[in-house]
Amino acid sequence: MKTNYNEDIRLFKYRSTFFWYLALVIGCLILPLLLDEYLISQLTFICMYAVAAVGLMLLTGYTGQISIGHAAFFAIGSYASAILTTKGVPFILALPAAGILAGIVGVIIGRPILHLTGLYLAIATMGFAFIVDEILVRWESLTRGNMGFYVDPPSIGPFIIDTELRYYYLTLVVLILTLFAARNILRSPTGRAMIAIRDSEVAAEAMGINLAKFKTIAFAVSAFFAGIAGSLYAHKLFFINPESYTILLSIELLAMIIIGGLGSLHGAVFGAAFFIFLPQVIIMTKDYMPLYLQNQTGLEPALFGLLIVLVMLFEPMGIYGRWLKTKFYFEMFPLYKKDSFKREKKYQKAERH
Amino acid sequence: MELVNEILQTVLSGISIGCVYGLVALGFVLIFKATEVINFAQGELLMLGAFISYSLITMLNFPYWAALLVTVIFMGLFGTLLERTVLRSLVGEPVYAIVIVTIGISFFLRSAVSMIPGWGTDTYGFQTPFTEKFVRTGELVVSWEYLAIVLITTALILVLFAFFRFTRVGTAMRATSQNQLAAVYMGISVTRVFSLTWTIAAALGGIGGILLSPITFVHMNMGFIGLKAFPAAVLGGFGSLPGAIVGGLIIGITESLAGFYLPEGWKDIAAWIILIGVLVIRPQGLFGIQEKKKV
Amino acid sequence: MAFFRTENISISFGGLKALNGVSFNVRKGEIFSVIGPNGAGKTTIFNCINRFYDLDEGAFVLEDRVISKIKPHEVAEMGIARTFQNIELFKNTTVLDNLILGRHRRRRSNVFTEIFFSPSVQKQELESREKAEEIIDFLDLEAYREQRVINLPYGVQKTVELGRALAMDPKLLLLDEPSSGLNVEETEDLSFWMSDIKEELDITILLVEHNMRFVQAVSDRVLALDFGQTIIQGSPADVLSHPEVMKAYLGEEDVVA
Repeated sequence: MKTNYNEDIRLFKYRSTFFWYLALVIGCLILPLLLDEYLISQLTFICMYAVAAVGLMLLTGYTGQISIGHAAFFAIGSYASAILTTKGVPFILALPAAGILAGIVGVIIGRPILHLTGLYLAIATMGFAFIVDEILVRWESLTRGNMGFYVDPPSIGPFIIDTELRYYYLTLVVLILTLFAARNILRSPTGRAMIAIRDSEVAAEAMGINLAKFKTIAFAVSAFFAGIAGSLYAHKLFFINPESYTILLSIELLAMIIIGGLGSLHGAVFGAAFFIFLPQVIIMTKDYMPLYLQNQTGLEPALFGLLIVLVMLFEPMGIYGRWLKTKFYFEMFPLYKKDSFKREKKYQKAERH
Repeated sequence: MELVNEILQTVLSGISIGCVYGLVALGFVLIFKATEVINFAQGELLMLGAFISYSLITMLNFPYWAALLVTVIFMGLFGTLLERTVLRSLVGEPVYAIVIVTIGISFFLRSAVSMIPGWGTDTYGFQTPFTEKFVRTGELVVSWEYLAIVLITTALILVLFAFFRFTRVGTAMRATSQNQLAAVYMGISVTRVFSLTWTIAAALGGIGGILLSPITFVHMNMGFIGLKAFPAAVLGGFGSLPGAIVGGLIIGITESLAGFYLPEGWKDIAAWIILIGVLVIRPQGLFGIQEKKKV
Repeated sequence: MAFFRTENISISFGGLKALNGVSFNVRKGEIFSVIGPNGAGKTTIFNCINRFYDLDEGAFVLEDRVISKIKPHEVAEMGIARTFQNIELFKNTTVLDNLILGRHRRRRSNVFTEIFFSPSVQKQELESREKAEEIIDFLDLEAYREQRVINLPYGVQKTVELGRALAMDPKLLLLDEPSSGLNVEETEDLSFWMSDIKEELDITILLVEHNMRFVQAVSDRVLALDFGQTIIQGSPADVLSHPEVMKAYLGEEDVVA
């Protein structure tokens, strides 16, 4: 029973939730000790993409602004970190610097295009991503263009993070901090303003929310996280070139948060996990395919595309949506009503907005 | 005269590519107007059309015009099939779910094409009645290849315009795109309209594919051209059919000129710079209407 | 000195003149109603005050300060809160969150302190919650506190919207057809709340309404509008029985011998 307002604003609603998450974190810390290097590196990628996905989720899931250009911020983070560390800046500074730089670019880009709505904004962000891509290729004195950039493994103080295990812990810590920061934003006035903008811009303005300011903040924050993720990516791969940061990555990030479950931080992590795990699962099932198909390089993306379609057909609310529904089922058992989540289907355009 | 010829060729090639962009954008805008879905697979439909016509012409020895016809019909049916199997079950669901499905479809189509025997990951070309043919008037030289694209596209647009304006079905489609609920009340079968929209959009994509093949050649990544259709559609003001064509032309011409006269790399981003520039000044695109929510 | 006044305001949409030289003033602490048939321009006045549209002519003056040129989000800062004809709540969040959002203009924190959820942010959050709870008390919304607005019955949603406007600590409250869609009981509750708001909270209310009984019950003064122009202004009894007003609503009286 609630006895004071402090309980309202706490991070975890119930004591039990806190312990579940604590167990999860402990699990994440212990898990890699049982796995081989390859799987550990996959987990690392999940954490990395999850950081970027959290950023995009804040922008698209919570503020309602669609961006199909986030690969650009990812790229800016990667290259900023690479360039800075090569110039002797310690990684512990280069990482946040990469994020901040990406964030600043986010503000510069955001300002002029944020009065665009929905689809127009999405396409403008796409354009921005293409332009950044081209700049990375052409500005050879800075980025070494298509030849690529070699990056050293990061070191924090005396620690050199050059094993899979160490890198995993690094990205895990960054992810946890990211989730913490995002959660804090969401339970503060800024987060509420972002959700208000998503749900009703008109009412938000009437409440005194400066649309331009908060949309820009959302853009900058999401760019910041994408930049951080980009930095982690660069130092893991040791070698980056513009080819890794195409429109495909932007689309994947967007698909990630939608499949994970739009409008929840869990969704960002679930989505990242889905996108990293699925290709592995497909590779494992390859052995059961007829020989002809087995040898095709196109099999994986084809099945991937198919599975994305099936997931959405099965659960438009995404993985987290299905998770909530399942949880609800067990909570209500045996009184669960079959149509508890039946959405009123909206056909009219006016209703959709 | 040399300069004039040069500019003429550049502009004409830009116009013809612009026509293809316009066609893809048209299919795109059609689907968006009717169903509010952003079809990320539109480019892949173009690619599929290209591959089909390639197979018909080189492997089955179809004459060009027959191949064109068959491809259009096949792509139309494919669009109907797509709508009926995958998209119909998503009617009424939030738009982003449907968008992801189109993304998935685009991944699938691109990779599936690479796995089909005889297609794979290579690049192919084929002969058209216009290859290597030129029109010469006095000193001016114009490639038939480009001219053909422009003429066919124009004919297509006129047909579509007549269809939407003068036929019952076309009017029904326009009505549905404006207010689905009212259309239902008026006895219009909205599901059939959706089906038809996808049919037409897929067919348009397919035609775009055939027309584009002589210029960019047939390969599985052709679909990325489809991405250029986005700015074309947006430039024209999403939701405006003639706007999509105009948008396509502007992008095509700009790209062509940029590719010729500006240093390397500008060609690829010329379209996007123009787009962002226009949107900053006119957020609703060139022909779009600024829709503000009425309270 | 009038608390709030409109001076000769006019606005056209395309060829249609929605408002044509409308002037009235509202005294501090009163409940002032604007009535008129559909399309008379009533909601347009509100939309102009909220700066969704620019006036062609004229001005709005609040406590001797001209507010016709400020930015839309600055209107809240001036102490003006509003409800909407078709509910504009934040449908996917809880009632509590909607109310707390009304506290936005009291925000003293910024993104950087919020990322760390510093003690000052926490204190601010607690204050917001306290104020929101006061409003929940005032409007009897306890039962719906944690529910998502989208799941609530229409009448409750309207109440929540009123609550959200009150959470803004306004000096002037703009209510756009607050009683539309409410049943008799809910309308009665509303009129009680209106007088409570006036007396306990000392808030001036500007009201747009169609329900004449309601207007008569709560208003101090009434303005009748038709085709964007003032017909008459005065006490409820005078205005509602005025032949011009009746003609605007009911049409010409056809006398058949």
